[in-house]
Parts: sequence; structure tokens; C-alpha cells
Amino acid sequence: MTKPESEFTWKDLEIGSIVAEPGNASQYQTGDWRSERPLFDNNKCIKCGLCYIFCPEGCIERNAEGYFEANLFYCKGCGICARECWPKAITMVPEEE
Amino acid sequence: MAEKVGIEVSLAIAEAAKLANVDVVAAYPITPQTHIVEHLAELVADGELDAAYIPVESEHSAMSACLGASASGARTFTATAGQGLELMHEVLYVASSMQLPMVMTVANRALSAPLSVWGDHSDVMAVRDTGWIQIFAENGQEVVDNVLCGFRIGEDPKVLLPVMVHLDGFYLSHVIEPVLFPEQSKVDKFIPPYKYPMPLHPDKPVTMGAFGPPIIYAETKKAQEVNLEASKEVILDCWQEFGKAFGRHYSPVENYHIEGAKVLLLTMGSFSETAMTAVDKMRGEGREVGLVRIRLWRPFPFEEIRQAVKKVDVLIVVDRALSFGGPGGPVCSEVRSALYGEAKKPKVIGFVAGLGGRDITPAGFEEIINRGIEISQKGSKNEFEIFGVRE
Repeated sequence: MTKPESEFTWKDLEIGSIVAEPGNASQYQTGDWRSERPLFDNNKCIKCGLCYIFCPEGCIERNAEGYFEANLFYCKGCGICARECWPKAITMVPEEE
Repeated sequence: MAEKVGIEVSLAIAEAAKLANVDVVAAYPITPQTHIVEHLAELVADGELDAAYIPVESEHSAMSACLGASASGARTFTATAGQGLELMHEVLYVASSMQLPMVMTVANRALSAPLSVWGDHSDVMAVRDTGWIQIFAENGQEVVDNVLCGFRIGEDPKVLLPVMVHLDGFYLSHVIEPVLFPEQSKVDKFIPPYKYPMPLHPDKPVTMGAFGPPIIYAETKKAQEVNLEASKEVILDCWQEFGKAFGRHYSPVENYHIEGAKVLLLTMGSFSETAMTAVDKMRGEGREVGLVRIRLWRPFPFEEIRQAVKKVDVLIVVDRALSFGGPGGPVCSEVRSALYGEAKKPKVIGFVAGLGGRDITPAGFEEIINRGIEISQKGSKNEFEIFGVRE
């Protein structure tokens, strides 16, 4: 997007509110829907990648050391990664903490 | 030379769509509209019209297919009536808010229950707020002319909106009338080729109908409202150009003997012609009555209505639909709203008449006018009256 949605006036919209820039959904922040975020404990993590596979948002990435991190710009805090992580390396913590 | 043909109005509409050289027709048959799409299917099957005819399983699908056709840049036509229009309902909003032009003729019909295939405006009024341009015709010629105008208006790059042309079911759809068909070359000149600015195409992908969160939805609706209001300028220009090219003239509000009138009748649709006969007779007897007919229902012609009625004492609005538990007729309630802020305004008296194909004769209109004058003088306990109902 050329600018954030909050700065668009009605005059800035394309015909019929068409989105003319392909793939710009990646600029849409879904992270602010979150009430809990995943906390990764790399001492327990066995690098199996189940969290990466199960994340419905596709926002979990592997870092340089082979551990996993959630991209909080997109993470909606659904908790599926924490539930699927059988070594219990992921816990969901409330956002206010 | 234009050719004058005696033809059933439904067939004439199909011929008009052919003159407009439509690319796609997606439609589902429903009385009293069936003959329109039946004849279009014939024209395509016989190779007389080079168009894709999509037979669908419902009106919901018909309108959905029309969206896709229009979005890909095809000139699109469909027709429906009554329950069919209701089944399309949610998709109608999508067509207008995604700014996808197409022309749809609606053979106005009453709604169930009880089952009625006959004409009134219940179906139209239920889709009043769907954001389409809506034009009312009073006879077959007007439908043909406004189908042609509908493509030119809707496809104008300044507009890009779908257009409904309303004709009363049976009263117009099933009668045989003399209709002047303009020459193909003149129609081709009158309606430029359709060119959607951002059509669906793999070479230049766009997203149509994306979701609009609270941060942007109100802006999209404001843009839609401004666009529909602004379409009026293009509509006026189109009718002016149509008049120059074909010699028949249209305006948002048509006045009939309003000069010197103290009492005006206001109607919409085919029974306006019956009302004219009543006005003629009463004028002949020295009564100061006249008639105002709404042709452009959306965008609503506020200024024209105010101008037409500003000098009269009584305005009698005859609706062909009922807003249950509300102010009576939808047209009457909108006209009242349009006049409310005026310093000098007539008393507005509302009638609902002609429901479900009940005929209103010239004598009936005379009775409505006389009763309306009586109510304006003595008042009434009711917000409106249903004319001709057996007590």
C-alpha cells in the first residue's frame, strides 16, 4: 500500500474499491488481533518444526540457529503452536504482561 | 430509417439488447419476464446475436454470473421479476458497490404470499437501496430506448454502475405495441464500446470485492454515494443526446398539464398513462389538476420534484407498493421527505393502489383525486389509504 488505510480518504479509493496492487495483503497487520502471544523456550525446543507446520497464519519462521520464532506482525495468538508442541517449549502469555 | 414494428414488449426488449450488441446474458426465467430471456436465447441459438448465453440454476447465480462477466469487460444484460429479484438481492449490492455496469430489465411483480405473478412495485421497493441506477418506463418504446441509454449511462467511465429499467409486469411485458427500432449504425454510434478500466485479466491482476475493515468501510460507502449522485449529470446528458439522435426526449420527472394546476397527482410506471387520461377528462371539465411522473427513481430527482410541485396546494401520491407498518407508500414517503424543508409546500396525501395486478381505470384515478382533495380539506385518521379495497 502507498500509505496506511487510516490515511485513505474516500477520494483516494480505486473504482469499486478495487485493490490494484497484487499481493499487498502481506502489508495487513493481523498481529493486533492478539490477546496472547507465544513464548518460545529454546532450552526445551528440539527443532522438530511442528509449530512451523501447524501455524495457520504461516507466520512462524526458522532463525539462523535453527530455532523457531513467530512474526508478531501477523501472529493472531491462536495458540495452536503451543498446543501442538509436545516438548512443551511454547507457552501462551497474555499480551498485557 | 428506423423501423416501426408491432411487437410484444418483452421481445422488443430482447431485440434492444441485441441492438446494443451484448456479449453476455445470464438469466433465469420467471413470470412475467420469461419472454425477454426466452427470445434472447433464441437470438443466440439462431446465430443472430453473437453472445454467451449462460443458463443458470437460479437468479442468485444469474446475478453472480453477470458480475463476473462485467468484471471481465463484457457488455452484460439480464432480466428478472418479483421473487427472482428478491433471490438476487444480496448480489445486487455487490454489483453496484464493485461498480460493475450491466443493464437489467425488471418486469415489476407483486411478492408472495399469497402467490401473485401480477404487476405491482413491491419487488422494486425491496431493492430500492441497492445502489443501482433505476429508471421507470411507461410504455414499450420507453423500455427499448432506456435499455439502450442504460448501457451508455452505466458503462460511462465517469459512472460505471449497473442500471435497472423497470417495466410493469403484464401491463407492459405482455402487450403488443408499435415500437420504433433505431438503425444499428446509429445505435453503434450512440453506445461506445465498453471498456472497463481495470478488468479481470491475468496480465494485470487486481483484487475485486476484498474485505473492508471498519477503518475503510465508511470511506467506500461515501465514495459510492457520491458516485451515484454524480451519475445524474451523465444520465441527463445521455437523454439529451438520445433526443438529438432519435427524437424522443426523457427527463427525471415528467410533467403533464401542471401549468395552473392547484392539485397534482404523482405516479410512477405504466399506470401514469391511465392517469393522463383521467387528467385530460378532468381538465376538460375545468378542473385545475395535473400529473407529475417520476422516471428516474435512483438517483432520486429532489430538485425536479420540488420545482414541479411548488405552486400547488395538494399533491396526491399513488404508490403501487406498501411499506408495512410504516408510512404507506415508499414513493409518497420519499416525496414528503423531499418537500419537508421547503418553505412553501403542498399538502401531501398518500394512496396505495393497483396491488398485485389490480387495475386502476381513469375513473379510478378521478376518484383518487377527488378523495385526496377531500382528505386535504377534512383530514384523515390514517397515514394513507388503500384505494379500492373492499371493506
